[in-house]
Formats: sequence, C-alpha cells, structure tokens
Amino acid sequence: MSDPMRIRLQSAGGLTTVKVLMSHEMESGQRKDEDGKIVPIWNIQDVFATLNGRVVMSSEWGGGVSKNPFLQFVLKGTKPGDKLSITWRDNKGDTRTDEAVVS
Amino acid sequence: MFSFNTPFKFVLKHLGAALLYAYAWSAFAQAQQLGVSTDAALAQYRSMLQDANPADLYVAKGQALWTKARGPKAQSLESCDLGLGPGVVKGAWVQMPRYFNDTRRVQDLESRLVTCMEAIQGFNTQEIIAQDFSKGERANIALLAAYVSSESQGMTFKVPQEHALEREMYASGQELFYMRGGTHDFSCASCHTQDGRRIRLQDLPNLSTSAGAGFAFGTWPAYRVSMGSIWTMQQRLADCFRQQRFPKPKYVSPATVALSVFMGVNASGQVADAPGLKR
Repeated sequence: MSDPMRIRLQSAGGLTTVKVLMSHEMESGQRKDEDGKIVPIWNIQDVFATLNGRVVMSSEWGGGVSKNPFLQFVLKGTKPGDKLSITWRDNKGDTRTDEAVVS
Repeated sequence: MFSFNTPFKFVLKHLGAALLYAYAWSAFAQAQQLGVSTDAALAQYRSMLQDANPADLYVAKGQALWTKARGPKAQSLESCDLGLGPGVVKGAWVQMPRYFNDTRRVQDLESRLVTCMEAIQGFNTQEIIAQDFSKGERANIALLAAYVSSESQGMTFKVPQEHALEREMYASGQELFYMRGGTHDFSCASCHTQDGRRIRLQDLPNLSTSAGAGFAFGTWPAYRVSMGSIWTMQQRLADCFRQQRFPKPKYVSPATVALSVFMGVNASGQVADAPGLKR
C-alpha cells in the first residue's frame, strides 16, 4: 500500500502555489543491487491534478525523477473552498490520490 | 540519447519533479558566484527545500509504527518511557541521552528504543545489534527516531547532567572525542574543533562550540538526499568512525552513547531542528 502525499497550498491574490511531496521509490530500472542484478523498474508514470473535478495539470514521468519526488506548480483563479486533488499512477498500476482544500 | 526529433513528451517526462531541486541548486550556484559563502548558499538551498524535506514522509511512517502493535508480544510502543514518563514523546528527545532507572544506564534515543522494543514488544536486542543499518528492525528504528525527534522540533536542548553516570558519560565522550588513533592518527577533534572548515562542500561543525554541537546534534536524524533514506545519529557516528579508519563501533554501545552525551550537553540551549535534510 502506498503512503500519503504531503500537499501544501499557499494562496495569495487568486494564485495558489501547490507543493506536493510524494512517497515513492522511483526505481529507474537501471540500478543494480548488491548481487549485480538489475533492480526492476518501479516508478510513477502519470501525475495529474484536478480542481473541483476538472483536470488542471497533467504530466508524464519516468526514471529521471528522484526518489520521494517533489512537485510544485501555480494555479490561477482559485477561490477559497476549492478542492484540489493530486493523483499518481506507477508502472505497477498502483495509484494514490490525496486531496487538499484551498484556504 | 537526446535528439531534435525526440518527442516533446520525453522532454516533459524528464522535467517533472526534478525541476525545483534543479532550480534550488542553480540558486545555490549563483550565490556562490556572487561571492556568498558556501555556508550561506547551502542555508539558502535548505530553506528553499524546507517544504520539501522528504524526512516528513518518514516522520508519518514512524508515527504509524509507534502506535502499531508489533513484535512477538504484539504490543505498540505507546507505553515506552523516553525519560519524561511512559508514552510521553513531546520534548523527550531534547533531553536525551539521559540516565534511566530501570536499565541503570545512560541511553540515547536509539538505545532506549531498542530497550522498549525488547521489554514491550519482545524483540531480541542482540538480533537488532547484529543487523545492518537501514535493514530490518534497524530501518524501523530510523523511522521511529525521525518521529520522536520531530516531536521536539523548535525546542531547546537540555541534556541532563544530574546523575553521576551522566557526568561520567560526558567525560568518556570528551575523552573519545579527543582520542587519536587508527591508521591515520585521527580523532573526532581533528575535523571537528575548528570553525569554517569543510570536507569537499560539507561544512564541518565545530563540536566544541555550542552552536556547532547544536547544528550537528540537533539535525540528526536526517534525510540524506544522496542515500534516499533516513540516517540516525548512530549511523552518522558509525560512518565517522569508518572515515577515521577506526573499527566499526557496536550499535548503541556505551562509546557511541558517550559521544552523543558529549555533543548533546555541548548543544545545551540550542534549538532542535530534526529530522534534518542533508546532502
């Protein structure tokens, strides 16, 4: 089971800065373990954000992103009470969604 | 690897989350060019990543582990006494290492956690000591340490020196700190008693001063970006011993605890800021 993300929102003048810290191993599939065997690829492939159910950001990730990735972006035209949700899906099909409310 | 007909998707994919780290790092490089000291530039780098310390993720895991019934006796650690009474976590870490009546020993956080894990949960201390860092129960101890230390964030260090054994441990720690040995005739003091020194880009805290000891003792456990994991003070010390070409110290041994007493007492009055974020 995946661990929760940490989502922090900072709003000022209709702009909301979204900071997300995700808990994931992000194995690139190119690393070798102590016995010289390739560590199987295991990383987040899709990340998207919705604001009140509407997709406002989507991205495709891969092996170039670090372990425990941090994502930051800015949303325009947000109002207090808006519900933001972040979802990621990895190559094993595991997925996680966490939510935060704009203040 | 990268060509002009590379789909845009590929580029996007690689931009992802590394962006902020890259941005923070470029600010660090710029600050260096402007003549700002490495120290100040690194402090700026840390402040930019303040909202992104992955240690926070491990604090949450450690907290879940603290309240989870585990081990042969299927008990949680909620009745563990860290020095301020059973189950009191808040503020406990800034008053450790300290003397414990039940074990009649001075214990640091990790050695106390091992005691609780044996007494309450039924784990075998010798098995934990025989393990490697970051594996098995030792990995769990790192998570627990991250959680316990986070509960003292912003508090000032007050490592007790009331009991005779606590004072004895401080004296032993001091002696070990200045003891030269090994193939390189090194002591801890060789690297850690001068201001403004560094190894590569890492500033070496002057552990004989309150500020230096506060920074060093007050920011471990920490998330090490290069390792992608939480390192505890015991692990930090073990690696210092390795760098000195000393024999590997036994996990939670009196020698390692004594060094922590020395640093902790020197850090009196300094503010705890753990779990930290390190290279």
